[in-house]
Amino acid sequence: MGGQNRGLGSSNGGECEGCRRLKARFLVLCVLSGFVGSIGVFWGLGSYGCRGRDLWEERAQVLVEQSNLSKNQLQALVLLLSSSERTFAQCMEKSRASHDTYRAEGGSLSCIREAICFEGKRRRGQQDCVRDEIVRVGHCAVQNEHILVNPVPSLPKNEYMIDTSQQNFVSSPVQNDITLLKAKKLINTAKEHQKLLSKILWWILLGLLVLFGLGELSKSSYKQNHQQKHLQLQNSKSGGKWMKKILYMGVFLGVLVSVWIFVSMNANIIERRTETLANMCDERARMLQDQFNVSMNHVHAMAILISTFHHGKNPSAIDQKTFAEYTARTAFERPLTSGVAYALKVLHSQRELFEQQHGWKIKKMETEDHSPVQDDYNPEKLNPSPIQDEYAPVIFSQETVSHIVSIDMMSGKEDHDNILRARSTGKGVLTSPFKLLKSNHLGVVLTFAVYNSDLPPNAIPQERIEATVGFKNEPPLPWTAITTSIGVAVIVLLVGHIFYAALNRIEKVEDDYREMRELKVRAEAADVAKSQFLATVSHEIRTPMNGVLGMLQMLLDTELDATQQDFAVTAQQSGKALITLINEVLDQAKIESGRLELEAVPFDVRDVLDNVLSLFSDKSQVKGIELAVYVSDQVPEVLIGDPGRFRQILTNLIGNSVKFTEEGHIFVSVHLVGEVKISNNITSPISHENAEVRTNCRDKSYNTLSGFQVVDRRRNLENFRMFKSTTEPSDSVNLLVTVEDTGVGIPEDAQSRIFTPFMQADSSTSRTYGGTGIGLSISKCLVDLMGGEIGFVSKPGVGSTFFFTAVFTEGKKNSGDMKRYHFDATLSDFWGMRALVVDGRRVRAEISKYHLQRLGIQADIATDPKAALSAIFEASSLSGTSKLDMVLVDKEAWGEGSGLAFPSHLTDLRRNGSTIKPRQSTPKLFLLATSLSLTEIDELKSAGYIDCIRKPLRLSMMAVCLRKALGVGIKRQQVRGQPLALQSLLKEKQILVVDDNAVNRRVAAAALKKYGAIVTCVASGKEAIVMLQPRHKFDACFMDVQMPEMDGFEATRQIRSCEKKINELIEREVSMDNGDVTHWHTPILAMTADVIQATHDECLRCGMDGYVSKPFEEEQLYSAVARFFESDAVDPTF
Amino acid sequence: MLGLDAARLEADMNRLMAQLFHQGVLDEQFMQLQQLQDDSSPNFVLEVISIYFRESEKMLTNLRHQLADKEVTDYTKIGVHLNHLMGSSSSIGANRITTVCIALRAASEQCSWARCLRCLEVLEHEYCYLKARLHELFQMEQQRVIAAGVRYRPQLA
Repeated sequence: MGGQNRGLGSSNGGECEGCRRLKARFLVLCVLSGFVGSIGVFWGLGSYGCRGRDLWEERAQVLVEQSNLSKNQLQALVLLLSSSERTFAQCMEKSRASHDTYRAEGGSLSCIREAICFEGKRRRGQQDCVRDEIVRVGHCAVQNEHILVNPVPSLPKNEYMIDTSQQNFVSSPVQNDITLLKAKKLINTAKEHQKLLSKILWWILLGLLVLFGLGELSKSSYKQNHQQKHLQLQNSKSGGKWMKKILYMGVFLGVLVSVWIFVSMNANIIERRTETLANMCDERARMLQDQFNVSMNHVHAMAILISTFHHGKNPSAIDQKTFAEYTARTAFERPLTSGVAYALKVLHSQRELFEQQHGWKIKKMETEDHSPVQDDYNPEKLNPSPIQDEYAPVIFSQETVSHIVSIDMMSGKEDHDNILRARSTGKGVLTSPFKLLKSNHLGVVLTFAVYNSDLPPNAIPQERIEATVGFKNEPPLPWTAITTSIGVAVIVLLVGHIFYAALNRIEKVEDDYREMRELKVRAEAADVAKSQFLATVSHEIRTPMNGVLGMLQMLLDTELDATQQDFAVTAQQSGKALITLINEVLDQAKIESGRLELEAVPFDVRDVLDNVLSLFSDKSQVKGIELAVYVSDQVPEVLIGDPGRFRQILTNLIGNSVKFTEEGHIFVSVHLVGEVKISNNITSPISHENAEVRTNCRDKSYNTLSGFQVVDRRRNLENFRMFKSTTEPSDSVNLLVTVEDTGVGIPEDAQSRIFTPFMQADSSTSRTYGGTGIGLSISKCLVDLMGGEIGFVSKPGVGSTFFFTAVFTEGKKNSGDMKRYHFDATLSDFWGMRALVVDGRRVRAEISKYHLQRLGIQADIATDPKAALSAIFEASSLSGTSKLDMVLVDKEAWGEGSGLAFPSHLTDLRRNGSTIKPRQSTPKLFLLATSLSLTEIDELKSAGYIDCIRKPLRLSMMAVCLRKALGVGIKRQQVRGQPLALQSLLKEKQILVVDDNAVNRRVAAAALKKYGAIVTCVASGKEAIVMLQPRHKFDACFMDVQMPEMDGFEATRQIRSCEKKINELIEREVSMDNGDVTHWHTPILAMTADVIQATHDECLRCGMDGYVSKPFEEEQLYSAVARFFESDAVDPTF
Repeated sequence: MLGLDAARLEADMNRLMAQLFHQGVLDEQFMQLQQLQDDSSPNFVLEVISIYFRESEKMLTNLRHQLADKEVTDYTKIGVHLNHLMGSSSSIGANRITTVCIALRAASEQCSWARCLRCLEVLEHEYCYLKARLHELFQMEQQRVIAAGVRYRPQLA
């Protein structure tokens, strides 16, 4: 998109670039902060893990030191504790394998070695004697083998005290302290972990803040890097893709980070759990060890008891009942044993005797059926023990294990080994854990040898420890890890989503922007095309339209009957309207596109008004409406502004008024805003806004120009900005122009949209009045451009009053190149004359007076016939300068036709009165009339009027008329009828035609010659300059605009500058000898085929006086030429 | 006979004129031109038309020369020539030539050599056509004048 927008609005592009750049930075920084954050998390967790590992190491060290445990064992232990019973057994195997001492000691688990050793030492004394005894008993056993066969139980040589016990894990008290320490450390690390998390959060926040800060910075630094950004803009597309890739990577990384957090935290939790478990195990082991020790002691004591009371006494002092009772009552002494039993060593030779003695058979230990002991359990059903060298049938047993009475302990494999080992070592021996008989419980059997006098041992199943039940529980899910990691993942995904959405949005906006830009370019192109089209079309339409109009004009010149004439006239009018419309549309388009510029040239506002009035004089005369203009004498003579546009506004407003008014008047007044403001409440003679009803002798009439009612505009004026503001810049002239009519008025509902283009009050297709409705909107635009306001008051059936303000500056009088529609060099003819305006209506009289004053004539007003007559007589009696030169009587001074009758009063008075001498010079009588019928014209002369001045009053027209009547200057009056007028205007005029095109030159010359002009032709601008050096004979120059080498504009400029020099020279001369004032200003008219306003403006800018289209159009030529030649026009009929 | 001949010639002339107007070859400007002709300048139209043909011939040669080679074509010069041609054509009311000139100007503004050349061919064709028709017209005019003269001169004499 860069390619297209580079030329256009770089600021827009820049903003977009800035946004994108900001966004890119933001994204990059976010990703960076994400990285930093994840690094922070990593580091924090890593250090935490390290600490954990350190702790672990430390603890292991301590463990090894304390209990001489290897790391492997510890791990095995941990595993064992957290796993099921089966695993436990395996671990036991492992740990046994790792410790050679296990077998040698015949002891329990390696971890309790020390304790056992300690125990052994403690009992060394006892054991020593026991050993002696064993040695002795062993010796005796050989001797007393036969005795064993005897049923006497006191003779057994070997007794086994078999005790089953639960595994014991012994740890020293020191370990307990360490565990506490570890717990504290764990808490500490947890705290640190929390701190770290909060730190990470702060980091992220900080990162965001930094991002925003950088964003602001980038914004401020954007302007400096404007050029670079242009280049970057072009890469924005690829940049977007790149950013998306980064975004995806960032999201992926974030997810990875969250997974990693989960893994590490989970590991951490497991570790902590392991530690806790280890601690619990430690404690449990210590407890068990204590209990085990106690149990061991007691079993030992029991062994001594049996050897003393069973074998030492004959007959035995102990039987099964006694034993069961005793053991049951002392069961609390052996907290870990489920039961005790005593098995007697019976040699095979003694079996029969033994069996007889006890009354039961020695039974084999059943290994297959491990179902728990049932109520109907009967040891009798067991198979008798197979023949062996020796047996170890249980003779005494505790109630809890009574089911093993009579069972041969030697028939079980573990028990067999144990018994043999215990006998040989003389110490308590533990089996490895195995399923205990008939209980389905895992346990160990502790075998204690009772030498000679010891009581028979027993194998007892061991209960599991409750604590293990707790360990068996499934570990809880690591919720912290899960929530944290999921949280992080969710945040990352959310942030990713936000950025993704933002990126998408930005991309979309960029696309839209690009699209808009393209559309804008296209729209602009279309606009240009439209302008070109309008220009071309207006030209192309004008040409055929000129053809149509020319033909129609020619048709009208031929002999036509009334109907045909009517048709032709209608067609011609339509054509003219069409051309006006085209020009208006062009204007509107121009104003809308803001290309219209107002020029600032000095002009005479009265002159402009006269000119505008002359345009409508025909129409108003035909309709019989009074058209009048009044310019307050406070309005400066020369204003600086755009007369063309001012004229256009006036033309629009007056044109509307003329169009919509059928009877009454149209009154244009120009005042200063300040003047009106002051006199707002005073009824000045000319501001007749107080629609005061004046009772006339005959009928009711309003004190207005034509006696019709007009609307009151005062209230609306107060809303104007200029009327509200109290201070005014001194150098500006604020004009208030009012156009008042007595037309149909604007309906209330249409008043709001009256300034909307192409809107008319009556927009129905069957409307009475034509027109496009564009005029008022153009006027409004123009008034706005002039710094004023436009408004209106309207009342249907009464009339409308449009008023507008415009700001101009006051210009210097006598500025040489002032634009004028006619020259009033001969106005001084009337200086010093006196006139009497006789009119019943004050307002109308004031207007007449205003025009007379412009001619330099002193005017008085007489509002009723008597006063007028007396004034006339009074003046006629005087002489010299106070002599009355003329009397102007309105045709309708006091009602219909009363003006015409006025001179009769005068003659009556003359005839009757003797005060007037007939030879006294009487003032010339003029009739002021809007329209006159042929009979009235006849009456005119007979009534005593010299001439009739047709309204609307205009300076030039009045001057011509008065001159003719009074015999001042060249007294000729022009006659209507344009070809004739043109002829009269151009007759005998020296005209220079400048055109490079020979054909055009020839045609233009011929056309001008046709009107009686003397034409000189030159082919280039240079020649024209030479020809137009002052002191030349030419009255006007027609200049082609498009010429090679030097075009019409340039030539005109040079001619004008030349004239200016000469004028300065002349002025100097004139000031010296006060001679004839000649001001060199040759009228130069452009000839152009182009009718666009731009060309027109260009013409005026370079000092041309007007333009005519090529080929010549009679009317246009007339209106252009008339400005220069009208004042001294000749009447061919004269 | 001669008088009848003059009338016939006049009718023919009018027919030819009507045809030319109908075809759009000429427009009302030509009629205005004819109106400019009066006793003071009896051969005004002929004179103007001769100037026109002389000038136009030059212009067409220039245009043809400019468009002879695609590489050396100077479109601004073409525009100048065209303006000249258009101005004079619209002055005498050669409507179709003016139209073709506009087309050619549009083509030259777009610097389209091929289109220019095409337009120029049309222009030349139009020019030849107009020249032939106007020649015809003037011949008839002359004959008519002669015929009229033959008819009326003896009376005047």
